[in-house]
Amino acid sequence: MREVAVLGVGQTKFGELWDRSFREIGIEAGLQALVDAKLSSADLGGLFLGNMASGTLLDQEHIAPLILDYAGLAGRHLPAVRVEGGGASGSLALHQGFLAVASGLYDYVVVGGAEKMTDVPDTTANEIISSTADHEWEVVFGATLPALWGLIARRHMHDFGTTRAQLAQVAVHMHEMASRNPLAHYRNKLTLEQVIGAGGVAEPLGVLDCAPISDGAAAVVLGPLDVAEKHTDIPIRIAASEVACDSMAVQHRASVTTLESTVVAARRAFERARRAPADVRVAEVHDAYTISALLALEDLGFVEKGRAGPEFESGRFGPKGAMVVNPSGGLKAQGRPFGAVGVAQVVELVRQLRGQAKDRQVSGATLALAHDVGGTGATSAVHLLERVN
Amino acid sequence: MSIARFWRETPRRYNLGGSKCTICGTVYFPPRAVCPTCPHHRETLEKMVPFQLVGDGEVVSYTVVHDAAEGFEMQVPYVMALVKTVEGPVLTGQIVDVEIPEVVIGLKVRATLRKLREEGKAGVIHYGYKFTPALDSDVRPPARGPAVPAESGALPASDRAPA
Repeated sequence: MREVAVLGVGQTKFGELWDRSFREIGIEAGLQALVDAKLSSADLGGLFLGNMASGTLLDQEHIAPLILDYAGLAGRHLPAVRVEGGGASGSLALHQGFLAVASGLYDYVVVGGAEKMTDVPDTTANEIISSTADHEWEVVFGATLPALWGLIARRHMHDFGTTRAQLAQVAVHMHEMASRNPLAHYRNKLTLEQVIGAGGVAEPLGVLDCAPISDGAAAVVLGPLDVAEKHTDIPIRIAASEVACDSMAVQHRASVTTLESTVVAARRAFERARRAPADVRVAEVHDAYTISALLALEDLGFVEKGRAGPEFESGRFGPKGAMVVNPSGGLKAQGRPFGAVGVAQVVELVRQLRGQAKDRQVSGATLALAHDVGGTGATSAVHLLERVN
Repeated sequence: MSIARFWRETPRRYNLGGSKCTICGTVYFPPRAVCPTCPHHRETLEKMVPFQLVGDGEVVSYTVVHDAAEGFEMQVPYVMALVKTVEGPVLTGQIVDVEIPEVVIGLKVRATLRKLREEGKAGVIHYGYKFTPALDSDVRPPARGPAVPAESGALPASDRAPA
């Protein structure tokens, strides 16, 4: 298996992009990444596109060739494949692109992630989001995706003493980080009082504990590490690309407060890269709900189980912390265009590792971690990225 | 949702019909075709038998839902819970006939058949289980179902599924 590097990155603004179509944002991100990688499209082996729900959101399936077509590449007859895994669709596409290059079958691939969510009413978007949980045994009985995370949050508070303020601190942090990110959906700062006082969604989670419904797209170009210097001054090696799955429904998990899929994906990734959580300087973790970020920090191995609330509150993962979490603002504030999220995490981390993150640059980062979750944790993906020189 | 899609699950949604592995004795809800617990799980194919839960259990976690799932808009705020049944499986369902502040982790509950939701004025009405508070003294013993062989996990060679 050969080593794989990220050679180029691109991303659109995230938000309610009323004036822009799915095709426009999809090709914008992809073409940016091609230009960044100085790659001629003649060298391209294929496209993997992470997307959760174009069929229900846009009445359009079969979108991978559509994006390829509007990127001006239909005549090259490249293979283009859509990859779906709920909120982890983008990371799964990345995993497929990694496999394709690592195997030697393709030399260069574009991995894109794109979702256009605001062309349907919020209520419809919420139903589609909840369809990443188990429809027959959770949703039919009245559960929504935030309600299931609310169940996880309540049990975490019960077992470990996690407080409402600690949950709210996650949202405050994400908005603080996103205030320095020009591509973010939300750039306003929040106070603890605002988060705690916001209307309820699924207690203990309120409106400001939940990531927004966003449009957006992101893309990366992958290629063999041994020729990376032809394309970039600072190649970023993919040190590990791991995916793990678990029971679809929360009710079938061994523990309500642990995402085993994340635990296993992280363990495999650190073993593969021969590194440890303490080596990670910057991470983008799944924070679709404030509780999700706390679970992620525990299940990825950054803190002991049950300790994420107080550790987060102490500022350990803040801009001055030993490890900085979600410098982009995360799903909570950079935004949550489902299929784009996992790819956007990697775009942010590549910019951090290259030293191109401007106002939100984390100093001294050589190893970074991306963590993406589908539904309530039936799928988790972990990528480790390493600056080579 | 089509009528057939909901109708085919009525034995589960109306009567708590699950399944039990006759090799290791683990109970599942909803029913499973193979046993995820047994180490040689392929051998459990066709060894899973129907098993009905009694419907008693306790709250493992709960949330008060304000932003309703589709079809539940008229019920907000409502309580969703994870309920661990006396037989072992955990179910996701509403807690009803209760004042919201009375719901706590550990609350004893019993399943009851209720209307879940309706698909508009002329659509299908969905029924299924919800849970109501029960007194500790009311909790019934677990359903037992079919006996499990003493040598759990080890099948005579003649009973093994073909490789």
